[in-house]
Amino acid sequence: METLWFALVAGMLAMYVVFDGFDLGTGIVHLYVARSEDERRRVLQTIGPVWDGNEVWLLAAGGTLYFAFPVLYASSFSGFYLPLMMVLWLFMLRGVAIEFRHHFDNAVWKPFWDVIFAVSSALLAIFFGAALGNVVRGVPLDAAARFFLPLWTDFLPGASPGILDWYTVLVGVAAFLALTLHGALWVSLKTDGAVQARARRAARGAWWGVVLATVAVTLVTFRLQPQVPARLSAAPWGVVFPALAVAGLVLAWVFERKGQERGAFLASCAYLLGMLTSVAFGVYPYMLPSNVDPARSLDIHNAAAGAYGLGVGLVWFVPGMLLVTAYFVFIYRRLAGKTTVDEQGY
Amino acid sequence: MDSALTLHRLHFAFTVTYHYLFPQLTMGLALVIFLWKTLALRTGDERYNRAARFWTRLFAINFAMGVVSGIPMEFQFGTNWARFSEAAGGVIGQTLAMEGVFSFFLESTFLGFLLFGERRLGPKGHWFAALCVFVGSWLSGYLIVATNAWMQHPVGYALDAAGRFQLTSFWALVLNRWALWQYVHTMLGAVATGTIVVGAIGAAYVLLGRHVEDGRLFLRTGVPVGFLAVVLLAMPTGDAQGKLIAANQPVTLAAMEGLFDTVDGAPLAIVGQPDMERLALDNPLVVPRMLSFLTYRRWSAEVKGLKDFPRENWPQNVPLLYYSYHIMVGLGTIFIAVLGVASLLLWRRRLFESRWVLWALALLLPFPYISNTAGWMTAEFGRQPWLVYGLMRTSEGFSANVSAGNAMFTLLGFMGMYTVLSILFLLLVYRELEHGPRPGDASPSHAG
Ligand code: HDD
Ligand code: HEM
Ligand code: HEM
Repeated sequence: METLWFALVAGMLAMYVVFDGFDLGTGIVHLYVARSEDERRRVLQTIGPVWDGNEVWLLAAGGTLYFAFPVLYASSFSGFYLPLMMVLWLFMLRGVAIEFRHHFDNAVWKPFWDVIFAVSSALLAIFFGAALGNVVRGVPLDAAARFFLPLWTDFLPGASPGILDWYTVLVGVAAFLALTLHGALWVSLKTDGAVQARARRAARGAWWGVVLATVAVTLVTFRLQPQVPARLSAAPWGVVFPALAVAGLVLAWVFERKGQERGAFLASCAYLLGMLTSVAFGVYPYMLPSNVDPARSLDIHNAAAGAYGLGVGLVWFVPGMLLVTAYFVFIYRRLAGKTTVDEQGY
Repeated sequence: MDSALTLHRLHFAFTVTYHYLFPQLTMGLALVIFLWKTLALRTGDERYNRAARFWTRLFAINFAMGVVSGIPMEFQFGTNWARFSEAAGGVIGQTLAMEGVFSFFLESTFLGFLLFGERRLGPKGHWFAALCVFVGSWLSGYLIVATNAWMQHPVGYALDAAGRFQLTSFWALVLNRWALWQYVHTMLGAVATGTIVVGAIGAAYVLLGRHVEDGRLFLRTGVPVGFLAVVLLAMPTGDAQGKLIAANQPVTLAAMEGLFDTVDGAPLAIVGQPDMERLALDNPLVVPRMLSFLTYRRWSAEVKGLKDFPRENWPQNVPLLYYSYHIMVGLGTIFIAVLGVASLLLWRRRLFESRWVLWALALLLPFPYISNTAGWMTAEFGRQPWLVYGLMRTSEGFSANVSAGNAMFTLLGFMGMYTVLSILFLLLVYRELEHGPRPGDASPSHAG
């Protein structure tokens, strides 16, 4: 039961990254790909109707984590207090930038929000990567499963690390590059003409960065967290996850070259899913390893809620998720195809 | 240690109070917009659609604020109340996770269609989008109120070996009797905000002589629906909540009413200040025996006063609790009076000429926000010193690993952020109101 919920929470987080990932990526690339006001509007319109729904994946994943693994939720959210609050502020800025930009038409208002949108998107991508890095590296949990990390210490992932050390920053950069690629492929899927041409150029540049970062992060992770290679040799079938990532990355290039935008975007989704499931597989059954004393690590058993609650949860979770899938299929089919500027709205 | 506790409480109170300013309007408006879309579909009268479009624009701005201020709420259970989350997550995690899965997805998906989809979906499809947004936001309200109700009146749980609450009955949690009354009362409070705001804007338009046709339509909807809501707020729902409190949190009732001594035939205080030195009410103005009657339906029933309870179980801030409660009830009474007169005049077809009443309606605008906030302060201060009533004290629940200084830093950060957001929000709302409902529906497209 705990394993099932572990998989469900990980799956929801992966969905979040795939969906909101292209919103963030769009934010990262939009200053570059869209030059005129008209182009900006077109690019923003590709995410306008969906970004809030995409963000809900994070909320729902957080809610599910709270419900299934309350001990982990409590420990990690209070331990990562400062960066989480900053993430919240960035979320606010990004949401406001998207929603409020179009209300005034003048030469200061719009460029201001465009830059805020780009910067907050980029920082969010880096923070999410760094967060993942922290989970893989482990944190100094005390006997009550508590910790509190400063933003940085000496930038070394040793016994008293900060949120940011060279390892987590590396993962942050990798996340930034991966979402840049993802966003550029999304924009190229939803637009045409000059915007699309620039988006494709951005995608190709980012692709090389992603390849380099993926190799670097993988090598370092294997050295830093022995749990990951140990898991792989114990359960060799797990290579399907990294294999998915590699296939996605290669196909993204192939499809991009052929000008098959949809294929390239889906390949990038596969890459992200592959990377995230690899991480989940690699740390399982741990959820938050302790980097000082392995016995204090939070795993799927000591962090989970009671058996009755977990069982009952499935009864509403499964139909709930089917509904959500239906909404998403419905909305993305309705919005399929290239966006145009003259869309009717309020 | 003490000051860390205080700061975490302030942190949560500040952010949730700010958050609730927006959902109370969107939940009320969702109902009104849905009503208009239904009327437009039934009668084919284009004026209803125009009103719906105008208020949907305002809805969207409020919704965006609700979303950006709501996300921190979800996080703060973990960041600021870690020990509480660890202990109670096994129970209230259910309702919080359900809120994300069932209502936020529904709302956010269909709000997009409500905003952009009128052409694409056709009248029926657009009506359906309005229905989904309405259901989504009201479901959201239920699940969050059920969460709060469990903290007020814990049911369906057991303590496990590690001292954590674990769910034992899903239905007991979801159908908590406290949640049902609290939900109806809260939603009526949201309808009061929605309709009073719609009516106040309508009254202002009529007084200004601008968009008069639309203003009258706003009044015709806002005034009667609002009147119904405020009457139902007092009776039966407010009354029922009072009885639940009398039965389950008697010490809270005594503090809300400013009753220090146990008496038979307790009076109802209308005016007065709780004096925490003398433990009595200063300059009281009371209705004799009324409290006993309201609580137990017997004029001479005994009502327990604060002095009969151990001091460590008193709500820590008795005067604030007492004032909050009296402000809510006092404003509720004023709403009933003003909306009652306005409804009568509307029925007699004299409302649009009665400038005094229109002025009163326009000036009502901020007050439902105040009474809703005061109502929550009553509920939350009344629950003190407990975080989970009778089981876990507030001082046992905060994140002890997050120091006072850090909590202070982020509290100030939120204050600054919210100040900026408020200015932007008011600017945008002002601009929409200035434009007023547009004759056609040609308007700039959304995110762009
Ligand atoms: C427009 C808003 C509004 C108005 C006019 C009223 N209320 Fe209210 N009240 C609320 C909005 C509200 C609320 C914000 O929705 C609360 C907070 C928690 C809750 O359940 O509802 C609340 C709470 C609340 C509580 C405390 C519940 C608790 O401690 O858990 C009581 C006893 C009442 N109300 C009773 C009344 C009475 C007798 C009213 C008579 C006029 C009244 N309310 C008007
Ligand atoms: C239904 C959802 C809500 C939940 C689950 C909830 C939960 C909490 C929690 C955990 C605290 C901190 C612990 C404490 O000090 O007691 C708190 C305090 C508080 N909340 Fe709520 N709350 C909710 C809604 C609201 C709303 C809408 C308001 C709006 C005004 C509000 C006003 C307050 C205030 C003023 C405090 C501080 C009380 C004090 O410190 O004495 N709450 N609430
Ligand atoms: C501590 C308590 C609360 C938490 C954790 C919370 C959480 C949230 C979150 C995360 C959102 C954003 C959803 C999105 O992205 O679409 C939101 C919006 C919303 N919340 Fe809250 N909330 C709290 C209190 C309340 C209360 C007391 C109510 C009403 C009774 C309420 C009603 C709503 C509604 C209707 C929305 C939709 C957005 C809007 O209409 O403005 N919330 N809330």
